[in-house]
Amino acid sequence: MNDKIPDSGDAVVEAIGLRKSFGTLEVLKGMDLALSRGEVVALIGPSGSGKSTLIRCLNMMEMPSAGSIRFRGREIGRKFRDSGDKIGIGTLRRNVGMVFQHFNLFPHKTVLQNVTEGPIVVCKTPKAEAEELAKGLLAQVGLQDKHDAYPNHLSGGQKQRVAIARALAMQPEVLLLDEVTSALDPELVGEVLTVIRRLADDGMTMAIVTHEMAFAADVSDRVMFLDQGVIAAAGSAEEIIRQPTNERLANFVSRFNH
Amino acid sequence: MYRWNFDVVWQYWDLFMWGLWLTVVYTFGSILFGIVIGLLTCGARLSNWKVLSVIARTYQEIFRCSPLLVQLLWFYYAFPLLVGITIDNRVAAMLTLSLYVGAFYAEIFRGGILSIDKGQREAAAAIGMSTAQATRRIIMPQAVKRMLPSFINQSVIQFKNTSLVSVISVADLAYMAAVVNGQTYRPLESYTVMAALYIIVLFPLTQAADWFERRLRVSD
Repeated sequence: MNDKIPDSGDAVVEAIGLRKSFGTLEVLKGMDLALSRGEVVALIGPSGSGKSTLIRCLNMMEMPSAGSIRFRGREIGRKFRDSGDKIGIGTLRRNVGMVFQHFNLFPHKTVLQNVTEGPIVVCKTPKAEAEELAKGLLAQVGLQDKHDAYPNHLSGGQKQRVAIARALAMQPEVLLLDEVTSALDPELVGEVLTVIRRLADDGMTMAIVTHEMAFAADVSDRVMFLDQGVIAAAGSAEEIIRQPTNERLANFVSRFNH
Repeated sequence: MYRWNFDVVWQYWDLFMWGLWLTVVYTFGSILFGIVIGLLTCGARLSNWKVLSVIARTYQEIFRCSPLLVQLLWFYYAFPLLVGITIDNRVAAMLTLSLYVGAFYAEIFRGGILSIDKGQREAAAAIGMSTAQATRRIIMPQAVKRMLPSFINQSVIQFKNTSLVSVISVADLAYMAAVVNGQTYRPLESYTVMAALYIIVLFPLTQAADWFERRLRVSD
């Protein structure tokens, strides 16, 4: 699937002039963002700043009101399938994985089935091959002994690690993480962050919406501070989180004990 | 002291059996048609096409807010005048029973689907599933499980509701009991046998439904 789309330049996923309104409320007021291959971008900002909406537009979970999303330089259409020179939403999502705050595991399927579901149904991977892949990924997130468990019998941290394995099973080029530790008990946050850090070290391209400032500073190549629907500041972790100059930003970051 | 005499009534055993058979036929026939009607109505209610959903809603409310007996009378006596054709009482009975139960099934189906967290659809979409794939593999298996207790309950009610078709002379169990009573002048025996037959059929069904519901809860 990935081979069908020629690589063009650095940016794997781009948002250009992105706007999004819900009714009369404009949440994103024109944003540009490009994720380069292998790059980890952290999106921080107060609640309501539009960071989740931005990340959800990147895989068309929310339809942009204006502007465009591009994958490998090609525009994403409004249809599920590819049409003309536009890439379909289905193709985009096969290549851009997403992990949610509330895990959203399939409760009627075992851990292993949750992970193999995408490859088998969407990629038509033979079952045996998909299970091989899934077992490898579950080992990678430290859940090799939970294949036959149902999600309701797992802790929050375990659920989120299954969700990460499920996203990785599609062998995506980009991973979007939407506040993946916000619903976890504090003592379970670490195990999930460890998995994400390892992915970053392995060169996975990621956009991470998070409130974990220390983690964001540590893992990301770039940090963007969103405020009231615009990117108010962007730069290295050093500039944005450790030595903020923008007043609202400094105010925001200081609330996280830095 | 009343002296029970079932012997006289036993002589008409074949009438009871024939009546019971028709009751079963009308129940399962109307359940099958009702499922089809219910699915279509549920689809219409959930569709983005406003006109369709308003039409479906109107149908549902008419059938949910009027008594089945009234509907049977209307379809047998009034509807033919409206359209200028005569309708066989058996057709009127099956039509009314199906439309009646379909309106309730649609609501059960709709409730089941809407009860599934929207995160499930999003998670399915996020791994590249189409709407149809997500519905078939992720939403429906969970929704059906939630619908099942209400669905079985409504179907049990439907079995009992078929007794109303006797008022438009469909020869179901209730009608046959009246016939036997007319022949024997033994209302106590005739109607007791009828009541017992309804209970004998339905009691195992409600028990099975309870058992089934408990089992589903365990797997959660």
